[in-house]
Amino acid sequence: MLAVNFLLLGAVLFSIGVFGVLARRNAVMVLMSVELILNAVNLNLVAFALMHGNVDGHVFALYVIAVAAAEVGVGLGLVLLVYRNRRSIALDELSEMKG
Amino acid sequence: MILAQDGVNVAQNVGFGIIAAVMIVAALCVVTTRNVVHAALWLVIVLAGVAAQYVLAAAEFVAISQVLVYVGAVMVLFLFGIMLTRAQIGREQGLNNRGWALGIPVALLLLGVLCFAVIDAFEDTTLPAENEISSAGGIAENPTAIADNMLSPYLVPFLALSFVLLAAAIGAIVLARKD
Repeated sequence: MLAVNFLLLGAVLFSIGVFGVLARRNAVMVLMSVELILNAVNLNLVAFALMHGNVDGHVFALYVIAVAAAEVGVGLGLVLLVYRNRRSIALDELSEMKG
Repeated sequence: MILAQDGVNVAQNVGFGIIAAVMIVAALCVVTTRNVVHAALWLVIVLAGVAAQYVLAAAEFVAISQVLVYVGAVMVLFLFGIMLTRAQIGREQGLNNRGWALGIPVALLLLGVLCFAVIDAFEDTTLPAENEISSAGGIAENPTAIADNMLSPYLVPFLALSFVLLAAAIGAIVLARKD
């Protein structure tokens, strides 16, 4: 099995995630796209671990999974707070800090 | 042809191709569908596909963690988030920014650069097959090796991560609390 298979799949998922972050207006959808990006990175880490024959990549992937779980928890808490204050989670309406 | 070569495990490559195609279609649906709940369900397919790819890459422990954490916990959190912030369940307008089409060239450009870099660097690199892995040691006894690594060389990041999770849990409660 060739290493480029996994790495190219990771690249495709990463690009789709970046498109989602740029294109989506709903904050929850943006968080979902961020999950796509993090999973692409994890796929690369696991492929590199297999390529080099040690488990350091697996350890990094597990840490990334844990950080992603924390990120989703805090992110959805923020989204909930924004929704409670403004009755909307459209990201382009949050422009109070615009210069 | 870069995606297949002689002397490789055909079943593994075919399995990889099928799962990868399903994952890419599902990921495209996540970022294009007009229904927030459907996007979450498509995301489940992508995450489960990633777990299947981990199994193909001989990372069973990471695959199980992926299923437990992502497909189990994170998706429930997403569905809660959707239902607490949107009264309506169904198609809705205004999910995309006004300039959303600008994201397509940006993503394609990024994909081109990434593919060029990956193919340039790893064009001929082959991954070891299952039987070679078991003789090489290290990655073969997967959970034991992960535990050895996590609790000795990577102990400090592990403890830091524990604090991050604690802070995130408390922070999420404080943010979402009503008073």
